[in-house]
Amino acid sequence: MNTTIDDREQPIVSELLHLTDPSPAELEGLHRRLEVLANTAGTLDVAYTTVDSPIGRLLLAATEVGLVRVAFESEGLEQVLESLSHKVSPRILSSAGRLEAAARQLDEYFGGDRTAFDLPLDYRLSGGFRQMVQRHLPQIAYGHTQSYREVAELVGNPKAIRAVGSACATNPLPVVVPCHRVLRSDGSLGGYIGGLEAKTALLTLEHAA
Amino acid sequence: MNRPFELVVTEHGPSVLRVCRAVLGPHADADDAWAETFLAALTAWPGLSADANVEAWLVTIAHRKALDVIRNRQRHAVPVEHLPETASTIGVPEATDHDLWAALARLPDKQRQVIAYHYLGGLPYAEVAAIVGGTADASRRAASDGIQSLRTTFASELKGSLQ
Repeated sequence: MNTTIDDREQPIVSELLHLTDPSPAELEGLHRRLEVLANTAGTLDVAYTTVDSPIGRLLLAATEVGLVRVAFESEGLEQVLESLSHKVSPRILSSAGRLEAAARQLDEYFGGDRTAFDLPLDYRLSGGFRQMVQRHLPQIAYGHTQSYREVAELVGNPKAIRAVGSACATNPLPVVVPCHRVLRSDGSLGGYIGGLEAKTALLTLEHAA
Repeated sequence: MNRPFELVVTEHGPSVLRVCRAVLGPHADADDAWAETFLAALTAWPGLSADANVEAWLVTIAHRKALDVIRNRQRHAVPVEHLPETASTIGVPEATDHDLWAALARLPDKQRQVIAYHYLGGLPYAEVAAIVGGTADASRRAASDGIQSLRTTFASELKGSLQ
């Protein structure tokens, strides 16, 4: 009996599905409206967008405090979002508005027209010594480099060379917080989250390679 | 829940919009209900338990937001039976579409709701009943009656697709 009803219902149900089917443009418009409402209500804890760059696609994420994450595509954008969801908040929406200044400044940087970033940064993804190191890194000027040892000395812990290495390796804000300007004492590259090719490209861009 | 909410919008946004449209008609009211639903859901999202049925949860919120919209509508004394001339701006404005919208709008509220929540929201009748009240069987009968009315209205148009 149920099957009979289903057969009879099916054409009208298909008709209803067809009738109410939203277009991608309509869904996009509604999404933008949700972004504005959430931002105004103060419930958009994390806004993110992706931008293209000479070193590959980058994910940018910002809290209400400031830029909280720059991620390389190789890190897996889905995993990065999952991780932000756990560590910051699951109230995450794709929303380019909050990242406008960051995207523009990165564009200028990659175009060679900007040597320092002027953005509010949210360092909450790092704690303790790592955060201290990461807060130091923007003081290494464009086109200059420091060794892991020098950074360790400058942050007042000359023995913590390995810890400086891991602070650079776990930098949640690569490019903007210039961990690419930290090299080994012998001048060799050391490591980089975005891969050594990306590190070389950034140093070449800054004429420091 | 600690999944990124963006995934919820991607996954459930279209079906919740279908539900809002079926209940309120294909105009700004449905958009309003959708936006209010997802705003409320975003706010409450971190507190939702990990084993919750997300679609049922969203449709429950949409049900309440749609009632708010209807209440507002009535307060401003806009006639409900007459769909605006712009009713068929989505897709190709075929006469059939417009007629089906009108027929849907003429159904008793409960029939329209259970049809939307079950067939467009994909909720089982037990979940539908939890939202509209009454038993699952009563919801099933209301949906069946509603579909029957729509079929009667569209008997001639649907003859082709029936066999």
